[in-house]
Amino acid sequence: MQDLEKYILRIADSSLILSHRLSEWCSKGPSLEEDIALSNISLDLLGQANSLLEYCGKINGTKTADDLAFKRGEREFFNFQICEQENGHFGDTIARQFLFDSFTLLFFKKLSESKDEILSAIALKSIKEINYHLRHSSNWVLRLGDGTATSKEKIQNSFNKIWKYTGEFFEMDQLDLKMLDLKIGVNNNQLKKEWDIIVNDTLKKAKLNRPEDGFMMTGSKNGIHTELLGKILSEMQYIPRAYPDAKW
Amino acid sequence: MRSGKIEKIWNILGSVPDPEIPVISVVELGVIRNVEYIENEYIISVTPTYSGCPAVKTFQDDIKTQLKKNDIDNFKIDIVYKPAWTTDWMTKETKQKLKKYGIAPPEKIIECPQCNSKKIELISEFGATACKSMHKCTECLEPFEHFKCI
Repeated sequence: MQDLEKYILRIADSSLILSHRLSEWCSKGPSLEEDIALSNISLDLLGQANSLLEYCGKINGTKTADDLAFKRGEREFFNFQICEQENGHFGDTIARQFLFDSFTLLFFKKLSESKDEILSAIALKSIKEINYHLRHSSNWVLRLGDGTATSKEKIQNSFNKIWKYTGEFFEMDQLDLKMLDLKIGVNNNQLKKEWDIIVNDTLKKAKLNRPEDGFMMTGSKNGIHTELLGKILSEMQYIPRAYPDAKW
Repeated sequence: MRSGKIEKIWNILGSVPDPEIPVISVVELGVIRNVEYIENEYIISVTPTYSGCPAVKTFQDDIKTQLKKNDIDNFKIDIVYKPAWTTDWMTKETKQKLKKYGIAPPEKIIECPQCNSKKIELISEFGATACKSMHKCTECLEPFEHFKCI
């Protein structure tokens, strides 16, 4: 696999897997409006993943976006582990979404300056959508954090539980450094400062405590995941694997 | 100057309705970015509205059907991402059509499409499609959709 291919897969997989997670809310949302909101966000993420996977397939020359989504195993997926974490209750989903949205907004802003024109164009398109997602998730952090005693306690616990998955956002390995050097990739490490500002500010407004940066999960850059990813793939890939090359 | 051939393609595209909002065409929606004639082939550049908008696939199919109906087979649809689609590309006339259809057009100040009141409430940031949000007029009490500005 070429370096650029793997770099794009990392970005695409996070959007794809989180999109699948959010789609699980469809028909189960806490209210009709939120059901529609989460499904819409899921759809945007799926669109972003599709554009990236199509580009990846073009570089590869032999694979389609569908091949990449449906014919890879767990160890060949490079999404951040936070994306595969369970939806839990609505507050758990919102905490996960807010942390992801605030990171991806900063990430795509930098990626839009990439020397790779297609990556830059996809990033520019995505920024508009992520801005809107972030507005939605931050509003809910405020409402739940500064809401009732129960909602506050619940979402504080959600943040405490998910925090250990945020370390991966800012990791840089050899491949990232190489892509940065070629002016294609982003320096994730440099995004931390600005991310801290957004997150601290919102948590403060929501009267929530920022969890301590303690032990952080890691590994997704090398295809290491929590056991949850396998379960997602077994559902997401079932039809194309059971009926290979079926058309409908 | 557009040549007669190219103009004809634009006219055909102008008769393809948006699959979700049939009162406006795909040209009025602003997703057709360019039509060129290169080496005996029409290249139609199309940009998606939202990355995941399911209507994108539908209007591409509709464009193909409409062109073939007009005996045009030598064409290719190219997807372009840059510059990203924006509601600024909609003309005043298009916005009027949306309003008449009951959808508040993409403007910073939202007016109720029924009674023109500016006293409105947000019901939900997301509507039935990715491009719309849900509002309610506090004067005539009618709920309505708003085409989001992006």
